[in-house]
Amino acid sequence: MKIIVCIKQVPDTKGGVKFNPDGTLDRAAMLAIMNPDDKAGLEAALRLKDQYGAEVTVITMGLPKATDVLREALAMGADKAVLVTDRVLGGADTWATSTTLAGAIRNLEYDLIITGRQAIDGDTAQVGPQIAEHLQLPVISYAQDIKIDGDKVVVQRQYDDRYHVLESQMPCLVTALAELNEPRYMTPGGIFDACKAEITTWGRADLKDVEDCNLGLAGSPTKIAKASDKVRKGAGVKVTPDSPEEAAAYIVEKLQEKHVI
Amino acid sequence: MDFTLRKEHEMARQLFKDFAENEVKPLAQEVDETEVFPRGTVEKMAKNGFMGIPVPKEYGGQGCDILTYAMCVEELSKVCGTTGVIVSAHTSLCIDPILTYGTEEQKQKYIPDLASGKKIGAFGLTEPGAGTDAQGQQTKAVLDGDEWVLNGSKCFITNGKEADVYIVIAVSGKVEKRGRISKEISAFIVEKGTPGFTFGTKEAKMGIRGSSTYELIFTDCRIPKENLLGAKGKGFGIAMHTLDGGRIGIAAQALGIAEGALETTIAYVKERKQFGRSIAQFQNTQFQLADMATKVQAAQLMVYRAAVAKNTQKVYSVEAAMAKLMAAEVAMEVTTKCVQLHGGYGYIREYDVERMMRDAKITEIYEGTSEVQRMVISGSLLK
Repeated sequence: MKIIVCIKQVPDTKGGVKFNPDGTLDRAAMLAIMNPDDKAGLEAALRLKDQYGAEVTVITMGLPKATDVLREALAMGADKAVLVTDRVLGGADTWATSTTLAGAIRNLEYDLIITGRQAIDGDTAQVGPQIAEHLQLPVISYAQDIKIDGDKVVVQRQYDDRYHVLESQMPCLVTALAELNEPRYMTPGGIFDACKAEITTWGRADLKDVEDCNLGLAGSPTKIAKASDKVRKGAGVKVTPDSPEEAAAYIVEKLQEKHVI
Repeated sequence: MDFTLRKEHEMARQLFKDFAENEVKPLAQEVDETEVFPRGTVEKMAKNGFMGIPVPKEYGGQGCDILTYAMCVEELSKVCGTTGVIVSAHTSLCIDPILTYGTEEQKQKYIPDLASGKKIGAFGLTEPGAGTDAQGQQTKAVLDGDEWVLNGSKCFITNGKEADVYIVIAVSGKVEKRGRISKEISAFIVEKGTPGFTFGTKEAKMGIRGSSTYELIFTDCRIPKENLLGAKGKGFGIAMHTLDGGRIGIAAQALGIAEGALETTIAYVKERKQFGRSIAQFQNTQFQLADMATKVQAAQLMVYRAAVAKNTQKVYSVEAAMAKLMAAEVAMEVTTKCVQLHGGYGYIREYDVERMMRDAKITEIYEGTSEVQRMVISGSLLK
């Protein structure tokens, strides 16, 4: 079985989100990680590999720096890695991204494609299903469990209060939720091998059956008019004193604590 | 001279850091309080390859270098000194001598299970009357047919009762050198469960309290003749060379403890308010932090240099001794100052620095006290 996992390098929001003066994300000032939903998708693929035997290929579109997440994936146990990078692909929205990834995937053999549900920097949840559409594959989104049954994949699709069990003939595409599993750690030896491994790098010329008008910023129908930081307020503390006097005493105490009075 | 870490070392550090934060830190206080060996953590480390980092792949290890192993001990020790020393004693004191001095059969028999963490390793040199003075050994090994018969005891053995494979140093005869009779010392591999091999008291310790520190007792303990490690009579050299490597592990442990205490304290001084402002705003705090960070960085460079030397040099005793001396003394100084910066709270068990200060002390004592390191270093200067 051949499995392709699409992964994305995203800014790590754990240390806080940083913006450029124009409102766009200051990616350089933030650490980069593998998108959590994608990492769960990779773990699902690696478990299928452990259980049934499979070749797992990870693919990402991004800057050359995105090789970091590909190496991480290799260190976790993926077999091959592909980086799709080209200046003309920059500034892509979900349409141009999915067109690009589909164009790259057309060069590869696969039985199953796994993507994350959505990336924490865009939260669109569109790229996975769009890739399926470009490749004319069935798609099952929001997978909380993935099993293989012969030439079929059996997936539990999560809803708020229930889940559906869906079955699809392979090849097909499944989008994974971070809740799907607890991704494994890399191994030290895996890291050393991953750093020596060759990463296939493709540019625009390597994409199959795509048109320039559907790529990069120029090929993106979505335009970001404005981006701004949301001012977040703290959760606050709710107290219910028994009397107005107690309430006043509480407020005075808090103000004194903060040396306001 | 390049001080930039290679990509694989950066990635490995991140791995160890994530593992330490997620899997080790939440248990550190409990492990200290209950003095229970963190078996579950060791199993997780085994699953992730941490028990055989510098072991070649052909013996089931990870095929990484000593620097990666030192970084693992460092990151684990940042959050839990106990977990750091478990990996250090297992790797440096048991796997390393078998890899260095073992026959191919011994390597095939023991290393894969040790490197995968299926089995844990330990090392027995110290005796009640022979710590620093290794010639004071009393434990005897007598060849009887196809078996060595061991009698005696070893004390303060790390991973004591939890280990499966032990390197044991014992007196195997007498040799005459320049007209003087001295003890002939040899090294042996002893497996847990061998008749005549039992455990004495568990030591109640000041720090690294989750580490299993036991007395090993040998009473007519018969082991196969082929369990002699290295040549007969070469045990003293094997023990000393093993400790050279072990010191890099302990230096990394000390470094980690110092770094952990410093990180914790930096966060604390920003939060803690006195006289209407955070104590980080007082120049005394700032200067103390600056001094500590400088010393920690110096220790780190020395530890990493010693780790690289073990990979690239045949003899690295001085580098290892200097790294351990420096890192251990920095760990003790830094943790003591961190407790002081925490004020009263630093003396309370709820705060990590209290444990870190207790854990730091042993790094100045075991695998050669700071005084022994000074002997090794000065010996190389005056020879």
